[in-house]
Amino acid sequence: MLSRTADNLFWIARYMERAENIARMLRVTDRLSLMPSGTLGANAGAEWASTLIVSGTESAFYEKFEEATPENVIFYLAFDRDNPSSIRSCIETARRNARAVRTALTTEQWEALNGTWLELPAWDESRMRGSGLHRFLDWVKERSLLFHGATVATMLRRDSYYFTRLGTFIERGDNTARILDVKYHLLLPENVEVGGGIDFYQWASILRAVSGYRSYHVLYKEGIKPWLIADFLILQEQMPRSLISCAADIKACLDKLAEQYGQRHESHRVAGQIYSQLCFGKVDDIFGQGLHEFLSQFIEQNNRLGHEISRSYLVG
Amino acid sequence: MAPAIFDEMGLSDQEVRTAYRTLRDWLKETPTEILTLRREEAETFFRRIGITFAVYGEGGDPERIIPFDIIPRILEAAEWEQISAGLIQRVKALNAFIADVYGKQEILKAGLIPAEQVLGNETYRPEMRGLEVAHNVYTHIAGIDMVRVGPEEFYVLEDNCRTPSGVSYMLENREITMRLFPDLFSRYNVAPVDHYCDDLLHTLSSVAPRHCEGDPTVVVLTPGVYNSAYYEHSFLADQMGVELVEGPDLYVKNDVVYMRTTQGALRVDVIYRRVDDEFLDPSVFNKDSVLGVSGLMSAYRAGNLTLTNAVGAGIADDKAIYTYVPRMIEFYLGEKPILKNVPTHRCGEPNELAYVLDRLDELVVKEVHGSGGYGMLVGPKATKEERAVFAERIKAAPEKYIAQPTLALSTCPTFVNEGVAPRHVDLRPFILSGKEIRVVPGGLTRVALKEGSLVVNSSQGGGTKDTWVLRS
Repeated sequence: MLSRTADNLFWIARYMERAENIARMLRVTDRLSLMPSGTLGANAGAEWASTLIVSGTESAFYEKFEEATPENVIFYLAFDRDNPSSIRSCIETARRNARAVRTALTTEQWEALNGTWLELPAWDESRMRGSGLHRFLDWVKERSLLFHGATVATMLRRDSYYFTRLGTFIERGDNTARILDVKYHLLLPENVEVGGGIDFYQWASILRAVSGYRSYHVLYKEGIKPWLIADFLILQEQMPRSLISCAADIKACLDKLAEQYGQRHESHRVAGQIYSQLCFGKVDDIFGQGLHEFLSQFIEQNNRLGHEISRSYLVG
Repeated sequence: MAPAIFDEMGLSDQEVRTAYRTLRDWLKETPTEILTLRREEAETFFRRIGITFAVYGEGGDPERIIPFDIIPRILEAAEWEQISAGLIQRVKALNAFIADVYGKQEILKAGLIPAEQVLGNETYRPEMRGLEVAHNVYTHIAGIDMVRVGPEEFYVLEDNCRTPSGVSYMLENREITMRLFPDLFSRYNVAPVDHYCDDLLHTLSSVAPRHCEGDPTVVVLTPGVYNSAYYEHSFLADQMGVELVEGPDLYVKNDVVYMRTTQGALRVDVIYRRVDDEFLDPSVFNKDSVLGVSGLMSAYRAGNLTLTNAVGAGIADDKAIYTYVPRMIEFYLGEKPILKNVPTHRCGEPNELAYVLDRLDELVVKEVHGSGGYGMLVGPKATKEERAVFAERIKAAPEKYIAQPTLALSTCPTFVNEGVAPRHVDLRPFILSGKEIRVVPGGLTRVALKEGSLVVNSSQGGGTKDTWVLRS
């Protein structure tokens, strides 16, 4: 297939996944901001600033806005066209890419993307607090899931499918790592003990952000414990949004491409490396190294893998 | 004196024509609310599928829908037989003409067409002299614009030999009509059109360069998503199961064209290009073109590539050349033209110019190189001032204009705000020429939605209709 087409498919999937994850992050942040004001003490509002750090948009945000008020952050992450990763930008870019590769998409995929783009303008940016915001974020999540569902249910299992899925998993791994890293950036008020009430809410919110609250309890049958949550989101292969699960999926897609094309590239080596590191990883070691450091390293490696995939297939 | 307008259905119960009887009954028994509902459904369908044409730089919605009129137009089998025989004859002659003007130039030597009108024409490409093309076909996909003025009277208004568009609407209009009105559709015996894309792929494959063994690699070359016909390009590539490429996806090495794929370079044999001649190859034509591929012409000349339609095919659809088509038919085929030309005055000839300026209020004046309904004057509809302004433009460059009598275009029942009412229509059937010549029974019917208007172009408020050719 055309390199440009493969590149477009890869990025359509990345942008839809990104839109979904931004929606997930905003949902968590909003939930955290609803905690009883007493518990958040002097640092009320810190969760909005932390969302910017996690989404990697902090410096661009402060070029435009003075203060990370809820209104500003929601607007910037959900609707601002100046932010190439805002939900609106993601949906528009994905749909633009889709239009350029109509022939490579199934009708169902196209209708999912085009329908999302057509419905987007109906959302009123000025009514994005409380239930208005929730309805919008749920809608984004639904549309992304519809696209994923259409992809899995209707696309031929050949190169075009694997490039699309690669985009999803590269982006999802990155985003799960970032969501987990929220904890590092969300500065706790000084007078609150680690492991106290706020801590519990924050960890629980992370689970909710990745749709893992119930799954966590099913698997661990324990209360919310930071190291178990890290284990769950990093090393648990049964958890479809965990880092190891994404790495396994990426490796499988690349193997299928190698099978179809009869050719392996540097990207196969990097993917294998990331996957095996996670396979043999232990949560104690991760905390020993420092969770933040571990996650930063993963994000960087994952990024490099994205570049390698691009070099192997997408630039032609 | 205005000639009587022919309505294809018949305006009263007494006049209703046979093919339309069932439709007329159906229209009578179907409440307006249902028609309105169906029309809304159709619009939603077009939006959802993304069947739009792009208009950038004019403000408003850049992706517009061409209005679709839900009432089909019906042609009898016998009518179609005559039309399609005429189309095949005409396209054969057009191809023979193009081959001739880039080859032996016999028609010029015979003095049937003034040589300077051909060789001095902007659309004539000297680069094509002496280049051999498969089966001597230049216009592989032709769209012939026709109008009807009476039960038996069809005229050809214009030939489109370069990159005629609209065929995707012919196919999608059928799709949507069958979806909206299955019961009406099943009351008729309508000839199918869905095999058009198979025929197209056959045609394109049949003109592959000589080196090709087995299935040639065919691609569709589009200027990209900002082109007004982008939807059609992607639709055709999709239906044929071939790649839709843009200029940067291709490159030429040692006179061979390759496309960049995820598995490296892949040789390309046939390009169905929807990019104009001028933009095809920056090393030969427009140097600033980013839509084309450098070296394409040399690969073409080396015989390693087939371009459809051929470079330089535009010489046959020039509006000044149009007037000679009946002569071409007689000259190349030794036959009488089946389809008539509209009598046309070339303003470049002094006595014709005087005639035209004298009768501007009766004539339609068109720019020889204009298209899309721009740069034209519909005399009877224009104001005195508009005619005066246009007269000056004609005098300034008379060779750039032709004039034709205002034809009383036929009307068809059309669902407009006032209800079902007659509106003027034209017809663009598509003719495929490769090793053999094929015409799908149907075409794109364009309809002027404004009452009394004769301008059917989508850029000027025209819509489209499904066109049913009945089987005998």
